[in-house]
Amino acid sequence: MKNIKVLGTGCANCKTTLKLIEAAAKNKGVEIQLEKVEDIQAIMGYGVMSTPGVVVDGKVVHAGGVPSQDKIAGWL
Amino acid sequence: MKTYAMKLPHTQPRTFLIIAAALWFGLYQTLEQLSYSIVNALSVGKGSHLYDTLQFFFYDTPKVLMLLVGVVMVMGMVNSHFTPERTRALLSGRHEGVGNVMAALLGIVTPFCSCSAVPLFIGFVQAGVPLGVTFSFLISAPMVNEVALALLFGLFGWKIAALYLGLGLSIAIVAGFIIGKLRMEHHLEDWVRNMAHVQATVSADELTLSDRIEAGFSSVREIVGKVWLYVLAGIAIGAGIHGYVPAEFMAGFMGSENWWSVPLSVLIGVPLYSNAAGIIPIVEALLAKGASLGTVLAFMMSVIALSFPEMVILRKVLKPALIATFIAVVSIGIMLVGYVFNAVV
Repeated sequence: MKNIKVLGTGCANCKTTLKLIEAAAKNKGVEIQLEKVEDIQAIMGYGVMSTPGVVVDGKVVHAGGVPSQDKIAGWL
Repeated sequence: MKTYAMKLPHTQPRTFLIIAAALWFGLYQTLEQLSYSIVNALSVGKGSHLYDTLQFFFYDTPKVLMLLVGVVMVMGMVNSHFTPERTRALLSGRHEGVGNVMAALLGIVTPFCSCSAVPLFIGFVQAGVPLGVTFSFLISAPMVNEVALALLFGLFGWKIAALYLGLGLSIAIVAGFIIGKLRMEHHLEDWVRNMAHVQATVSADELTLSDRIEAGFSSVREIVGKVWLYVLAGIAIGAGIHGYVPAEFMAGFMGSENWWSVPLSVLIGVPLYSNAAGIIPIVEALLAKGASLGTVLAFMMSVIALSFPEMVILRKVLKPALIATFIAVVSIGIMLVGYVFNAVV
């Protein structure tokens, strides 16, 4: 099971990103473990400067802005 | 035909841009004529208040929306060159002075959302960008942005847009320079100072022209989708004022004769928060009622550049003394701009 984390301090774009990933996983029938990281120290620990950032299985795959549908499908 | 047109940005990006630009300019030229045709067709008495109001509305709405789409599209493409990572690499190791000027300029072209302010701030400091230079970026990025400039240009002409650009940059450069000179590094929260120093590197994924066009489209969808309602409301208010409210209504209160009007505007503006699109309708209303330009610009800058929610987020990384200095230096800069404007214009 993939572990996906969305990094962000709770702005609108972060929430959209979370919802998009959730919906995409449901559509594809892929089981994922989705987490939201809001603590700024933890976010900085990933070396991400622009939120929302996305971490898949411990690896940063995206930073800054809402990811496109294609990109999300690629992670799943 | 339709599918061909849809594919054009991908297959022939250059041709697409030329055709789109030509269409945009052609359409823009016809807007004024069009607005008169619409109002005349409505059989409203020429020269009446209603005629003025409607003509203003039908001219300004498409004009401002077209400007907004055009500018956001171009800036979306330009922004794709300046990721925060690249900006950081450009700024790391710069000295104060040149660094402040570069940071303020990069603040215009680097995509920035106020919710990213803190991660960006830490990322910059961590990579060895001097504190004052980081502040120059942090002040310029929200204040001098393409939406504010496009709206100012569309509603008040290029002179006011250019003045806003020049003064916004000056405040960012000078305020950052002063904060740098005050040597306040020890007023960063401890965990920020203790973070490991990182090398500023750029992961180079090269984008093609059609990728950049796609980036432009997506910023148009995102930004114009968010602000068009504000713009419409603003123009409607502006149109009403244009037709009905007597000028000089605000002159006694926010006119240039009152020395206290500038500090008062800043005092009211600092705790308020709005983006550029939300504040410009108010600016238009105030100006049309006879408030002086310097006072109104000071109000607008203080609303956009300084806000209570942003300070709450910044408090996680800055100690109170540094936040207070930041607010004080930027407010004084904005007030100076207000006074200079009132004296000159």
